[in-house]
Amino acid sequence: MRMDVMEMTETPTITEKSPAKSGSNIPGMMENKVKFRSTDVDVFYGDNRAIKSLNVDILDKEVTAFIGPSGCGKSTFLRCLNRMNDTIDICRVTGDIRLDGVDINDKEIDPVLLRARVGMVFQKPNPFPKSIYDNIAYGPKIHGLAKTKPDLDVIVEKSLRRAALWDEAKDRLLEPGTGLSGGQQQRLCIARAIATSPEVLLMDEPCSALDPIATAQIEELIDELRARLAVVIVTHSMQQAARVSQKTAFFHLGELVETGETDQIFTNPVDPRTESYITGRIG
Amino acid sequence: MTDTFDSAKFYSSVETHQRLRRRKRAETRLKLYGIGAIFLASLALIALLWSVVGKATGALSESYVTLPVSLEQAKLDPDGNGDYKTILRANFTGLTKDTLKATFSTVKDRRLKRQLYDVVSGGAAFELAETVASDPGLLGQTIDFRFLASDVTDLYLKGAYGSLEEQPVHGKLSISEVGGKLTITSTSNDFAAILATVKRHLILDANRLKRQAAMQDNGYEVFFRRAGETTDEDERARLLILSDERAAERDRLLAQAAELVTRASGARGEEPLSDENRSVLIRVAGGWVKLTAVNRANAVGEILLPLNGPVENSGEWELMFTELPEVARKVSDHQIAWIEHLKSEGRTDTVFNTRFFTAGDSREPELAGVWGAIVGTFWTMLVTFALAFPIGVLTAIYLEEFAPKNRLTHLIEVNINNLAAVPSIVFGLLGLAVFLTVFGVPRSAPLAGGIVLALMTLPTVIIAARAAIRAVPPSIRDAALGVGASKIQTSFHHVLPLAMPGILTGTIIGMAQALGETAPLILIGMVAFIVEIPTGITDSATVLPVQIFRWSDFPERAFEARTAAAICVLLVFLVCMNALAVFLRRKIEIRW
Repeated sequence: MRMDVMEMTETPTITEKSPAKSGSNIPGMMENKVKFRSTDVDVFYGDNRAIKSLNVDILDKEVTAFIGPSGCGKSTFLRCLNRMNDTIDICRVTGDIRLDGVDINDKEIDPVLLRARVGMVFQKPNPFPKSIYDNIAYGPKIHGLAKTKPDLDVIVEKSLRRAALWDEAKDRLLEPGTGLSGGQQQRLCIARAIATSPEVLLMDEPCSALDPIATAQIEELIDELRARLAVVIVTHSMQQAARVSQKTAFFHLGELVETGETDQIFTNPVDPRTESYITGRIG
Repeated sequence: MTDTFDSAKFYSSVETHQRLRRRKRAETRLKLYGIGAIFLASLALIALLWSVVGKATGALSESYVTLPVSLEQAKLDPDGNGDYKTILRANFTGLTKDTLKATFSTVKDRRLKRQLYDVVSGGAAFELAETVASDPGLLGQTIDFRFLASDVTDLYLKGAYGSLEEQPVHGKLSISEVGGKLTITSTSNDFAAILATVKRHLILDANRLKRQAAMQDNGYEVFFRRAGETTDEDERARLLILSDERAAERDRLLAQAAELVTRASGARGEEPLSDENRSVLIRVAGGWVKLTAVNRANAVGEILLPLNGPVENSGEWELMFTELPEVARKVSDHQIAWIEHLKSEGRTDTVFNTRFFTAGDSREPELAGVWGAIVGTFWTMLVTFALAFPIGVLTAIYLEEFAPKNRLTHLIEVNINNLAAVPSIVFGLLGLAVFLTVFGVPRSAPLAGGIVLALMTLPTVIIAARAAIRAVPPSIRDAALGVGASKIQTSFHHVLPLAMPGILTGTIIGMAQALGETAPLILIGMVAFIVEIPTGITDSATVLPVQIFRWSDFPERAFEARTAAAICVLLVFLVCMNALAVFLRRKIEIRW
């Protein structure tokens, strides 16, 4: 485990910008491998079909933004990716979602391990009412990522550093995480999510409860995080989507209307509905 | 509202202002009702505490009578080897009686002897035996031993039977005995007041008889009138007989009343003082005399406690009324004389009653304590907690976090809620029928009581725990599931700790409810008379509320104070448990 962590910290500068830049600048060029491939995904809440025959690919080491008006199914689809919808009794997911080519809805796949590989950050900062240290250490502890206390200490420090919270939190690790400010709490939640070394990070409107300065910090953080993992972010702010993402997917009434390079979606959308939405006529 | 509606005019109109005033008046009224309700409730609470605590104070002290007792080696330890068990088996009850007889040597009558023995507690002999057996060196000596006073003595010393009211005396007292009749004379008219009182009572009695006679007279007239109206011969005859009976009764009552009036008017000088009158006692020359009849100038009496010598023109005497007539109190006039005598010699003392808090139950109020019930309560509550808490919490977790929402779980939910409303005695019947009869759980044991009370408490615990679990924000569950915790880990690592203050509060409220429960325990035999302190959950035991129930049913007056004191102990228990609930909630509540 210690090796793993060292690796993570040693690599950043090399992979930092290059793939994303090329990915965003040359349309259609797929350098990054597909992390998530969804085919014909339908989601039902009881009899209500919330998502209709959705096909989308999510690439590694890129930020994919889901935009669309409220109730269009962005968050619902996001929660399919780590099977959080399992916890809702009336929710039923059909279709095929593959992580690295493996069907995540397969009976063999344990959602517990899936969620360790696909981390999630929620709309409202929701740290456990425990110390900052325990918040981050909880995931590694239950997954057995650290055998000893020093191992755990290393993971906690790396996670906090990667979430840009170390400098603010290092002197108060044993204080409750709920005592932090809203932006700090959200970064703590990000640190908690990346502590289990996930390959994908799902973010469900992570900045909607934050002020502009905290938002800017989180966006900066997202940009750094994509060096090592795929990020999927649901957002209502088109400026945010434009700022942080390389790919954008536009959802409308449970359908995926258009997906593509962020620059292309915002400057030259193909579908008239996308154009209406980004110019502010619907939504 | 039309377009022409004028807001400014409407809101400044007289009607609007009147409506506003009405609203304010209604608010004020409501506030007053609320204050009134709180005031009434506080008043009721204060009255309750006042009466309970007021009565309980009597149980907080106990009295002792110190008497010289000669411990004869030959009687108590004939072998002379000072063996503990031999001495313990010696006849100390007899020795106690002998000691009392030696102190009041003039008591010969059997009835009086029984009264005399009743001055000290039946348990005093055992204490004397214990003292001597553990210190055989005392044998052969005469020691001053503090005998525990009986409930009657104790209550008298505490004034429960009223105090002696001393009357002012003016004359000098002479007592002469002629032919076994004790005549008491005073140089002044000191007995006139007593005679007047007696005669006033006679008049009152006469009036009462006259009222009864008037009722009989009324009945006579009614029957006589009906007899005149009826046409049926048989019926008339029957009514006439009835009216004659009424008339006879009327005449008898009137005659009695007339006799009483005659007596009151003083035609006959001497009036007997029956035991329905307040007793009149005279303390003179180191002894006690009770008046049995009174005249205008002198009185007739009997000796309660022998005098030192003849009394001739003595100015040193006291005349006292008891507060209650002898029939209305358990302490007899003789006992009053003996106790007062011991008191005047400084041989009685009253100390804090530690026995009440350390002893088990007893038929003798002065020996009874609540410790057995407290320990029984502790064991019972332990069993209740050990069963109700884990089962209740696990049920709540399952229903809230794991159970599918289908018909079956819905049915279970409804039934749990209904169980909370089932009368507790039904649980007692269940315990009797199932646990005692089928499973053979020992009768009267805290184990059986605890199981029954746990059943009773379970719905409360489950409902409280479910509410507490539901109150944990779902974002915490999402957070835990999001980092890959399984459902069980989420429940036990995150949800349960956050719900724990609420769960504990609910559990303690349920336990407090169980603590005050009597009915189901009576059914499973915890109402038995148990003297030993229980040492485990399978020993026979009783609990505080059942102890209170039992004592409240005992005829001895001294149990009244003990019942009140046991209620206070129970209240202290309840307050402590609620304080614990508040403390735990404050201590482990996590805010976010």
